Amino acid sequence: MGFLAATGRAFLVFLEATGKLGLFTIAALSHCVRPPLYPRQIMRQMIDIGYYSLPVVGLTALFTGMVLALQSYSGFSRFQAEGAIATVVALSVTRELGPVLGGLMVAGRIGASMAAEIGTMRVTEQIDALSTLSTNPFKYLVAPRLLAGLTMLPLLVLVADIIGVFGGFLVGVYRLNFNPSSYISRTWEFLEPIDVISGLVKAAVFGFVVALMGCYHGYHSRGGAQGVGTATTNAVVSASILILVWNYLITGIFFSTK
Amino acid sequence: MSAPVSQVPPAHPPKISLKNVHKRFGPKVVLNGIDLEVGRGESLVVIGGSGTGKSVMLKCILGLLHPDSGSIRVDGQETTKLRARDREKLLHKFGMLFQGAALFDSLKVWENVAFGLIQGEHMPRAKAKEIAIAKMGAVGLGPEVGELFPSELSGGMQKRVGLARAIADEPEIIFFDEPTTGLDPIMADVINELIVKCVKDLGATAVTITHDMASARKIADRVAMIYQGRIIWTGHAQDIDHSGNPYVDQFVHGKADGPIKMQVRAL
Ligand SMILES: Nc1ncnc2c1ncn2[C@@H]1O[C@H](COP(=O)(O)OP(=O)(O)OP(=O)(O)O)[C@@H](O)[C@H]1O
Ligand SMILES: [Mg+2]
Repeated sequence: MGFLAATGRAFLVFLEATGKLGLFTIAALSHCVRPPLYPRQIMRQMIDIGYYSLPVVGLTALFTGMVLALQSYSGFSRFQAEGAIATVVALSVTRELGPVLGGLMVAGRIGASMAAEIGTMRVTEQIDALSTLSTNPFKYLVAPRLLAGLTMLPLLVLVADIIGVFGGFLVGVYRLNFNPSSYISRTWEFLEPIDVISGLVKAAVFGFVVALMGCYHGYHSRGGAQGVGTATTNAVVSASILILVWNYLITGIFFSTK
Repeated sequence: MSAPVSQVPPAHPPKISLKNVHKRFGPKVVLNGIDLEVGRGESLVVIGGSGTGKSVMLKCILGLLHPDSGSIRVDGQETTKLRARDREKLLHKFGMLFQGAALFDSLKVWENVAFGLIQGEHMPRAKAKEIAIAKMGAVGLGPEVGELFPSELSGGMQKRVGLARAIADEPEIIFFDEPTTGLDPIMADVINELIVKCVKDLGATAVTITHDMASARKIADRVAMIYQGRIIWTGHAQDIDHSGNPYVDQFVHGKADGPIKMQVRAL
């Protein structure tokens, strides 16, 4: 009995949380498309997400591309398939590792800072103050972050794709002694638009998810410093998990082999 | 719950009226049937012990908290069941100084004061800045303070910025949650006069929460006392010293002995 009750309770809590998140998402989305928008806020968020994440995401991509080249060399050389390295690096980076690792890094950087900022605004009554100053907090705080996440992450990932492939190129040419021009032509040979596009679609979804989780947990944080801390943790963890789940789902949609 | 209830009605029609408003947080009952009316252009001061629900009452009127039951009317319009968009319109009428000032820490001081003008009324920034600096002057802050960030101000300065922000767009109804707490006596009196001026000059309706009896005497047309989630006494400011209500007497004269027992144990 105790077990059943506990399971039931957990299930109800889950349903409630899902419902609450659903309503939050709908409200936030409706404010994204209804004027007035706040261009200054959108710009600020775009710069924060797009520009200031570049070093982190770029470094991640660079080392990912490099290690991919090394790993696939040591693996592929067992069956004399070293020639496929350039292709493997390009496909893995554009389809999977660029968006996923980029998304996870941004979840740690942006999701956390959004949750902390909005959470602090919540517990210091700044969000209440917004409402009394004829400003809808959803419009002023949440919508700009969602829009910025949705648009900037694909751009970031595009840059990450290029840097990742370049990382593979560096290792391929300077460490594994490939001919530069043949490495580049190998990279292009099997790369199709859909590989890059699917990665960018993923990035857009991940950017939205990261911003949504940051805003949602921040907005609903309570208590003081501890509440904000919990919100920050929850934002990063839930964003990371959702990124992995959505990554699988989107891959399924794009590349399901029937 | 045998506190004697006396009510002095305000000028009619009331700007704000609360009827039987209840609010609880979990098992903790905070508002237990608040009845209160505030007349148009009137300055009401709410007094009462710490933690008796004064701030919660203001937040219920603003819709930042939802009362569990009861009716709250502003200009005759029931507000407890308003939809989000109508609530936004209603909030145009209000200005609020929060107990903790609640300044936007990512914005400069002058941007805080001008916030309602720029975002709410879409005023050009240059013009809004002029008005903001004028309002800051009225609370004793020079223009150089405008370029600082809220975290660079003292507690009392933050309070005054919050005050300037609350009155900047000249709202019809202004709530002041402990406007003089943390200020020196002279500055407190300046703020009292400013509040009186807002009510007289702008014709605003004001509700002020305070523990400072000097401030209450200066600001109030009427005084209401809240105790155990109810309004137990309302009366004209000049009657406050001979209210005939032992609770009010004890509070006004700040005595530890009396019907109000503080939940403390001797060391
Ligand atoms: N968000 C909340 N969640 C739970 N309890 C709350 C919340 N806000 C207020 N309370 C409780 O409601 C009671 C009244 O709080 P309120 O802030 O209105 O007091 P107050 O009368 O303004 O006191 P003070 O004069 O100290 O500011 C307190 O006991 C507080 O614990
Ligand atoms: Mg209070």
